[in-house]
Amino acid sequence: MTSFLLRIFNFNNKSAEDSEDGEDSEDGEDSEDSVFSGLEDSGSDSEDDEDEEQEERPDEDEALKTKEEEEEEDEEEEEEEEQQDEGAAPKAGDEYEHDSSDEEDIRNTVGNIPMAWYKDFPHIGYNLDGKKIFKPIRNKDELDDFLDKMENPDYWRTVHDEQTGSDVVLSEEQVALVTRLQRGQFGDVNFNEYQPQVEFFSGDVMQHPVTGRPADKRSFIPSLVEKEKVSKLVHAIKMGWIKPRRHDDDRGRYYDLWANEDASILARHKMHLPAPKIPLPGHHESYNPPPEYLFTAEESALWEQQDPSDRKCPFVPRKFSALRQVPAFPRFIHERFERCLDLYLCPRQRKLRVNVNPEDLIPKLPKPRDLQPFPTTQSLVYRGHSGLVRSISVSPSGQWLASGGDDGSVRFWEVCSARCVRTIQTGGTIKNLSWNPNLSVCLLAVALDSVVLILSPSLADRQVLASSERLLSGQGAEPAEEEAGPVVWSEAEGEELNQWIRLKIKHPKAVHQVAWHAKGDYLASVMPDHSSHLQVFIHQVSRRRSQNPFRKNKGLVQRVSFHPARPYFFVATQRSVRIYNLVKQEMTKKLQANSKWISSMAVHPGGDHVICGSFDCRLSWFDLDLSTKPYKMLRHHQKAVRGVAYHRLYPLFASASDDGTVIVCHSTVYNDLLQNPLIVPVKVLRGHVKTDELGVLDVTFHPTQPWVFSSGADATIRLFT
Amino acid sequence: MGGLQKKKFERGSATNYITRNKARKKLQLSLPDFRRLCILKGIYPHEPKHKKKVNKGSTAPRTFYLLKDIRFLLHEPIVGKFRDYKVFVRKLKKAYGKTNYSAVEKLKDNKPTYKLDHIIKERYPSFIDALRDIDDALCMCFLFSTFARTGKCHVQTIQLCRRLTVEWMNYVIASRSLKKVFLSIKGIYYQAEVMGQLITWLVPYQFSHDHPTDVDYRVMATFTEMYTTLLGFVNFRLYHSLNLVYPPKLDVKAEAGLKEEDDEDYAMNSESYLEKLSALSTSLARVVSTAEEEEAQLDQFPVEGEDMETMEAREKEQKQQEAQKKLFEGLKFYLNREVPRESMAFLIRCFGGEVSWDKSVSIGSTYDVTEESITHHIVDRPEVGKQYINRYYIQPQWVYDCVNAKIILPVEDYFLGVTLPPHLSPFVEEKDGDYVPPEKLKIMALQRGEKPANEQAEEDEEEEEDDEEEEEDDNEAGDDDDDADEEEEAEEKSLKKMEEQRSQGKSLSVKVTAGKVKVENPARLEQEEKAEEKRLAIMMMKKKEKYLYDKIMFGKKRKIREANKLTAKRKAHDDAEKSKKKKVKK
Repeated sequence: MTSFLLRIFNFNNKSAEDSEDGEDSEDGEDSEDSVFSGLEDSGSDSEDDEDEEQEERPDEDEALKTKEEEEEEDEEEEEEEEQQDEGAAPKAGDEYEHDSSDEEDIRNTVGNIPMAWYKDFPHIGYNLDGKKIFKPIRNKDELDDFLDKMENPDYWRTVHDEQTGSDVVLSEEQVALVTRLQRGQFGDVNFNEYQPQVEFFSGDVMQHPVTGRPADKRSFIPSLVEKEKVSKLVHAIKMGWIKPRRHDDDRGRYYDLWANEDASILARHKMHLPAPKIPLPGHHESYNPPPEYLFTAEESALWEQQDPSDRKCPFVPRKFSALRQVPAFPRFIHERFERCLDLYLCPRQRKLRVNVNPEDLIPKLPKPRDLQPFPTTQSLVYRGHSGLVRSISVSPSGQWLASGGDDGSVRFWEVCSARCVRTIQTGGTIKNLSWNPNLSVCLLAVALDSVVLILSPSLADRQVLASSERLLSGQGAEPAEEEAGPVVWSEAEGEELNQWIRLKIKHPKAVHQVAWHAKGDYLASVMPDHSSHLQVFIHQVSRRRSQNPFRKNKGLVQRVSFHPARPYFFVATQRSVRIYNLVKQEMTKKLQANSKWISSMAVHPGGDHVICGSFDCRLSWFDLDLSTKPYKMLRHHQKAVRGVAYHRLYPLFASASDDGTVIVCHSTVYNDLLQNPLIVPVKVLRGHVKTDELGVLDVTFHPTQPWVFSSGADATIRLFT
Repeated sequence: MGGLQKKKFERGSATNYITRNKARKKLQLSLPDFRRLCILKGIYPHEPKHKKKVNKGSTAPRTFYLLKDIRFLLHEPIVGKFRDYKVFVRKLKKAYGKTNYSAVEKLKDNKPTYKLDHIIKERYPSFIDALRDIDDALCMCFLFSTFARTGKCHVQTIQLCRRLTVEWMNYVIASRSLKKVFLSIKGIYYQAEVMGQLITWLVPYQFSHDHPTDVDYRVMATFTEMYTTLLGFVNFRLYHSLNLVYPPKLDVKAEAGLKEEDDEDYAMNSESYLEKLSALSTSLARVVSTAEEEEAQLDQFPVEGEDMETMEAREKEQKQQEAQKKLFEGLKFYLNREVPRESMAFLIRCFGGEVSWDKSVSIGSTYDVTEESITHHIVDRPEVGKQYINRYYIQPQWVYDCVNAKIILPVEDYFLGVTLPPHLSPFVEEKDGDYVPPEKLKIMALQRGEKPANEQAEEDEEEEEDDEEEEEDDNEAGDDDDDADEEEEAEEKSLKKMEEQRSQGKSLSVKVTAGKVKVENPARLEQEEKAEEKRLAIMMMKKKEKYLYDKIMFGKKRKIREANKLTAKRKAHDDAEKSKKKKVKK
């Protein structure tokens, strides 16, 4: 069966060959070309068997054909070239025989058309003679194909040529070519793809142009477009729109800026406050400070706790044993930045720095040594009272001292010996007592609760006693007035006479102070009361008459005092001192004490100066000729001032305070009105012991000697000489 | 009568000040621009005397500028430049938005810039004014010159800062004007006296910075911009005052010496020149080549009202200064590689020494380790491998301490591996009553020329004496009172006893006991009297003065307290050390 088939093919082939031969004869070139085309190999072969075998394939395998169709087309072109090369080498002698200039030998002349167009026809095209080429008789079925596949060893390289309808067996070279192409290699085995490149378009100027194209005309004439652009730029430059490129290196170009220094200072420079320089570092900032500058454990703990703004030292001092161990300071940039902020954000103000020697601030005062005599040492202590000694008073002769206090006793002491000569138990609390300043009488006024007692202690010679008796006898008394006032005068009787009490003046309220007039006839008593105008009474002892000088309540009266020479009357209320003219019956002056609560008052023996002590630790000195404001405020006591006193002869005054001290000041009062009094503290006397927050309660001077007596809450009276 | 009613806050101090926001509006500037303008022009807020008056009755916290200052800013040409810059930025953005890169290029070429010359001249009308304010400029430039050349600020600025600081250091070397130096934990402080002005600056240690996030670098950059301009002009002037070439050139001879060695090691010539300058090892070229130190001897004229003593003292001081300038003359130093080279070289050259280092550390080394004439080898490590016999191996602190002490200190305390003596701040000037560390006393003794041999014993004695005196001073006032009180109290007690006896028994046991003779110290009595006098006088002080006096005295007392605290701490430390030593001995 196969042989038969082959024969048919053979025949077919033969006929084709015949026609080909005919072609060859006509067109030499074409035929030569066809000899080398792969299809023609078989034709050139004389062996029939091979031919048959080769041409069997394409018929059988349709699938293969479709698959390799594209390849084939490529192949054909490729092959053509290959054949050229191949042909050139081995068959050099037969050169023209194989030469194929452009077309390969296609016996079918239908051209490159889809062969499907001839599907319905018996032929598949026309040969060169115009004769139909008939399709091979299709008698190969699947079974034949299979058998062929099994039996034919060249089956794998048999290709069906669709145009001719014949099967072609590929030669060894052709197979090799196909495999190379499949691998993506060049078809030519001898082609060296890595051969060195010939640089045609190099930077070297060549002798001959690469292209022989003559130069354009437009390369010889100026461009209009460019001209337009250039003229625009030129215009822009002329107009100053385009500036030449600057060179930025003048940033670092310096010259002598201060070559001609002008002294003209702008107004701004007058107001200019240069920033303070950064404070220079101390020992503690060293990398290796002395050990005392390092923080101890508690100091560093404190440092940790503190707010950064409160820290005295913004960093912790540290010690490194060598310079190489010192690390970078982590807050360096911060500190620099903060300095920058300070320089431009921090408001500046010119502040005068006080640079005074503190010694210069201390006033230059005369030395106390030059101002003697004044009391300096405690010389005597008078003991006997059992409670606070509220008040003391020295007799005008200076021989006797009377004292009274909370224990209800009035004691008379001999000044020089500190002996208690008389003791009178009254049974009440004694707020105040006062010797009659008149030398010719010997009387003592005592404020005992709401009664003022007038005592005649008979501590003087007979003449004096007689004159005091005369004063107390009440010869000029007017009996009519008894019914009138709130004050009741009564004579002492019985036992009281033994206690030297002679007169009792009964007041409506508790009496806080008694004060004699210098002549010794008048006596003023004080009953502090907010609500009533009955606060002060002036009693005339000789006529046993009392009167209330004020119609109105002008404040809580603290102290009263008579002017030593003239008919003036001083009334100290809480915050001011009023001075009344007793003759004209009007107020002449009101002194503002500038203190909260006046506690005590004393009038200078000259009568032109007044001192007031107050509970808010101040002592104010008034110069009546100068002003109604204090000439001097002294704040040298630490606690409330309880008592103040002037010396009658010496330029001294003393103040007693709750802090347990008596301060003696020297105060020269000049007759010259233009010269202000000079006040010099000369001595701080200590001795009294504070009891229940109370210190010294009263102070008084000896009438003739520079001695001062003080009575305290510790139930003692002390004499400082 | 009549007339217009006076309105509040229309005259007086209220019209002299302006708040920041109002000022900004008046100048029509954004806040950053206003800030920059203030920095450049040196405008700062003023604290008015009466804040409430200025603030129109309100007490709200506000910052006030002087109205005159702000008016003065109105005419500043730089304000116009700021506006130009704003326009430039807008144009640039637009060009970028349109991806018109040629326009971007063109715009960038024409970036508006400004010069600060006129501002410098205006802020510092005279050169001395500028010198007075150079401290901050130096600190800032030294800081910026240590920044890494990445981010934070322009590379040009950093380079410029580096250049200017190197120029400054070279000037200080050439003029030999360095006075003090201090190694603190923050950095190294230097103090120089230039034209009679003391100038202090701080140089950070050579480490890279970790840049904090809460710092506004724009503000710092603006300051630096101003400071570089200022420093440049100041440098120029200073160089010309010394007849030096500006920009600085190395001396020809010296340069020739350097060149042969290491030209091939450095790629860029321009860079290596700055490097060579910053090596600080060679002197600078002069315009007129004169021999150094050929200054005419200045005659001494006594200033009016100055007696011979002060003049002599002044002369002595001047001599000392001259001596200090030549402190290291004739000494040859070699720096090991771990020593901070720049600081050391600067210092040694400032005082006339010669210095070199390993060739691989930096450019500009002048001689080798093997050089025979090296006198001091500065090492900052526990030990060195190979030691040469004829030189001292010392730690770097020696150089710094020598400069501050103004004499060559004994080297024994500074050998390798030895615990260094404390490094003291030269800026502290102790007045009497202040605490003086014993090390300082030691140095002072050395300066006076005393032998350091028996100084230790003396030292201690002195110290103790001092302490005692101090304490006495403190307590004196108090003591007197106490004593007086005590006496009185004793008396009081005896009296009380007698009193009690009298009141109880009524019969006094009359007894005469031999009295004791009270020894009265006349000096002490006098003192007491004086103290009393003072106390009494203080009582008479006016209220205001008293307040001031109390404040001053409080401050003084605090100072004394602090000094006492330091002494106590030191004593405790020394005792601890001693006991430790004893233990070791045992």
